[in-house]
Amino acid sequence: MAESIFRRWNQELTMAGAGVLFLLPLLAIQPKTYLTLTIAGLAMGMLLFLVASGVSIIFGLMDVLNFAHGALFAWGAYVGFSVFQLLMKWVEADSVLQNLAVFCIAMVAAMVAVGLLGIILERVVVRRVYGNHLFQILITFGATIVLVELIRVFWGPNDEVTTVPLTFSGNWDIMDVVISRYRVICILLGAIVYAVIQLILKKTKIGTIVRAGVEDRDMVQAMGHNIYLLFTGVFAVGAGLAALGGLAMSIFSLQVYPDMGGTYLLFAFIVVIIGGLGSVTGSLVGALIVGLSYNYVAYLVPWAAAGVNVLIMIIILLIRPTGLFQAGK
Amino acid sequence: MVEVQGVNETILKVEGVHTHIGQHHILQGVSFAAKADAVTVLLGRNGAGKSTTLKTVMGLLPASKGKITYMGKEIQKNKPFQIARMGIGFVPEHMGIFSELTVEENMRVAMLVEDDATARRLERVLDMFEALRKFWKSKAGNLSGGQKQMLAIGRAIVNDTSLLLIDEPSKGLAPIIVDAVIEAINQIKEHSVVVLVEQNFYMASSVGDDFFILDDGKVVQSGQVEELVRNEELQSRYLGISKVEESNG
Repeated sequence: MAESIFRRWNQELTMAGAGVLFLLPLLAIQPKTYLTLTIAGLAMGMLLFLVASGVSIIFGLMDVLNFAHGALFAWGAYVGFSVFQLLMKWVEADSVLQNLAVFCIAMVAAMVAVGLLGIILERVVVRRVYGNHLFQILITFGATIVLVELIRVFWGPNDEVTTVPLTFSGNWDIMDVVISRYRVICILLGAIVYAVIQLILKKTKIGTIVRAGVEDRDMVQAMGHNIYLLFTGVFAVGAGLAALGGLAMSIFSLQVYPDMGGTYLLFAFIVVIIGGLGSVTGSLVGALIVGLSYNYVAYLVPWAAAGVNVLIMIIILLIRPTGLFQAGK
Repeated sequence: MVEVQGVNETILKVEGVHTHIGQHHILQGVSFAAKADAVTVLLGRNGAGKSTTLKTVMGLLPASKGKITYMGKEIQKNKPFQIARMGIGFVPEHMGIFSELTVEENMRVAMLVEDDATARRLERVLDMFEALRKFWKSKAGNLSGGQKQMLAIGRAIVNDTSLLLIDEPSKGLAPIIVDAVIEAINQIKEHSVVVLVEQNFYMASSVGDDFFILDDGKVVQSGQVEELVRNEELQSRYLGISKVEESNG
């Protein structure tokens, strides 16, 4: 009991310390610019959360290091890109309803298609290497090459420009603070996805079984639950989240390209190491830390932007080697 | 090989089972039978293969050779979840509590079907272990050792369990809690067949009917527990129990 209270205190102190740290840039940045950067950082954080949560859940339950997650992310972006191409009239229409409809269709299509791809990947490739991290890294890296080459076969090797639904483009100007509409949508999307995942994990039986599986897979099996079916389902959900991240990021960055997964996979691993492998809340907090610090530092010291996240990761690893949150949260 | 007793009334029959863990040959032809109307106790020193035997029956470790029959069906090739669904409950040595989940959530994970019969069994479990009712919404990780053991046993019998495999339920528990666990097992044996792995001879002799002693991955002695209680030479040779230790119980 005392250990649990101490752990909670420790966690709350760390969070309070992080909160104070994120107010520090106010000493060097104008408040209005700070607000704009904060919204940009939160949006980037939420996009990273979509990618990192899949990596984290897959590792937490299945103990699988999935390096193919970046390729699944790219597939999600390309499936969404194709839906936008097919329904270009709705994308360009000056109608909130049609813009939202095409975004929802692209989202469902990307998640379902990449979820199915995830099922095939888990059944054919990953299942053979359970329990062996080295083989997992090698085989999922191999799968990445195949999946990226398949993108080149189906969509071509060149970068493509993504068309943004009209409602999502442009800015709001609230009291001289410039707020990009799409960034607000990204923040909302990330918050909704987090809430839905938490709701499933905490309030449904399947979610409770997944949390139990993160703690003790053998025991879950010995209670009559087919852990392999659960693994396949979790892998599909993780792949679906990667796809959603890919789609959202492609609208954010206005482009798709076959290798786009690699860059974000690196960020995703930094996020899950900071947040704690296997923890969805950890992924959210880690992603927000990375998103915010990247944006503040990019404004103040542009050359140090990429390095600051690695530095934060090293500090977190030194203080709490298991990350900020425990698995299963 | 030890002769399997009471074949006609056996619910579980283990015949010449071998199990390897990595390079190590742990079980080297274990054979025993659990009768439908008895508590079967597996005894032996540390490392004799008792826990490995239960894990092999449960399918958590693959049997490399031999046959395991439960209610007339061979199960040695089945997966653990299939074995559990056949009505076999398992309480491992480490209890397997999901410490980040509440007591209620631990129970929910264990319930394969949530019908009236399960609700009645849950009530029976909560009547048997009042502490679980009291800490129903608490994190299982915050329970005491004895309460965790109660939760582990409760989870294993909340389904329609015909056979319960329990691995060292007295380990690390205070004597008063051990008595409570003995009382619980005596109640459980009215509904389910129990196979118990135990090092605590006081507990084994309090609940056991038949015994099998394992040594170096093989069954070396078997019989009635009451005979073993009288046979000090056997206790001393295979279980390392002296008269003084036993009286300290």
